[in-house]
Amino acid sequence: MTVWWAIAVTCLGCYLLKLAGLAAPRRVLDHPGVRRFARLVPVGLLAALIAVQTFGHGQDLHLDGARLAGLAAAVVALLLRAPFLVVLVAAAVVTAATRLLGM
Amino acid sequence: MHDTERQQRRAAIRDGLGVGVAVGVSGVAFGAAAITAGLTVAQACALSLFAFTGASQFALAGVVGAGGGLVAGAAGALLLGARNSFYGLRLAVILGGTRGPLRTLVTAQGVIDESSAVAFAQPTPAAARAGFYTTFGTIYLTWNLTTLLGALGASQVSDPAVFGLDAVGPATFLALLWPRLRGDVNTPKEETVQLRLIAAGGAAIALLATPFTAPGVPVLLAAVAALIVMLTPGTPERAAAE
Repeated sequence: MTVWWAIAVTCLGCYLLKLAGLAAPRRVLDHPGVRRFARLVPVGLLAALIAVQTFGHGQDLHLDGARLAGLAAAVVALLLRAPFLVVLVAAAVVTAATRLLGM
Repeated sequence: MHDTERQQRRAAIRDGLGVGVAVGVSGVAFGAAAITAGLTVAQACALSLFAFTGASQFALAGVVGAGGGLVAGAAGALLLGARNSFYGLRLAVILGGTRGPLRTLVTAQGVIDESSAVAFAQPTPAAARAGFYTTFGTIYLTWNLTTLLGALGASQVSDPAVFGLDAVGPATFLALLWPRLRGDVNTPKEETVQLRLIAAGGAAIALLATPFTAPGVPVLLAAVAALIVMLTPGTPERAAAE
C-alpha cells in the first residue's frame, strides 16, 4: 500500500464517517452502549497517541529529553489555561531550545 | 426577528470565528508535522482538504513517520474519525433537517470537534446553525491555508526536529484531551475519573504493545481500555439517562 492509497482511504473513510452520522438511522446510533463507547473511545486513542509519539521511535521506546521538556512545557501552558496555539508553540520552542543547548 | 434572537445568532457567529481562527491556524502544525513525517506537500494538503479532521490527519502522519503499517495507520485514523459520526447524529437533529441532498453532502464535511462543540453550546437551533456554519467555514479556510504554509515552510528545513516540530503532534493531542481529563462542573466526577482511567490505560497498553506490533497497531489496541472501563461492573450508566 503506497502512501497515496493510505491517504485516499483515510480521506474517503473520514468523509463517509461524518456523512453516516448525519444520514444514519436513529435507532442504531441512539443505542446507549454505542453512544457511550463513542464518547469514551477517543480518550483512550488520544492518550495512546500522546504516549507513542512521545516515547516511541519506530518499534523502540526511548526517552528523548528535549521532546519530554516540550511536553512538560505544554502541560504548564495548559495548567495556565493558555490558548490552543500557545500550547503548541510552547512545546515546539522548548523542545528546540533544549536541543540547541545540547541537553 | 426579535432582538434577543439576533443577539444569540451574533454571539454564535462570534464564537465560531474565534474558535475557527484559533484552531484553524494550527494547520501550520499539521503541515509541518506531515513533512517531518515524510509526507509531501501535496499529500499534506490533500489530507486537510478531503479528510479535514485534525486528529485523524495527525494519526496517519504519525504512522508514516514511524515508518510503517499504512493499513494500521489508515485504520487508526478512521477509528479516530468515528466520533464524528456521533456528532453528526446530534447535529442532524439540531440543524433541523438539512435541506436537500447537496446541502447534506456539504454539511457532512464540516462535522468535526470544534464545529460540533460550538453548535451544541448554543441556546437555539437558529444560533446553532449560525455557529456551526461559521466555525466550519472559518476553520476550513484557515486550516487548509495554514497546512500549505506549514508544509512549504517545513520542506525548506533540512531537519525539522531542530525546530522542535516533533513535539507538536503529541502536544496537539494533549491539548485536545486536556479539557476532558480536567473535568468541569457539567461533568459528573465519576465520569472524569473514568476518563482518566481510560487515558492512563490506553497510554499503558500502547506503550506495552509498541515493541511487539507494527506502528499504528498500538493505538488501535488502546480502544480496549475504553471497552474494559465501560464493561466493568459498578460503573455508573449515566449516559443512558442523558
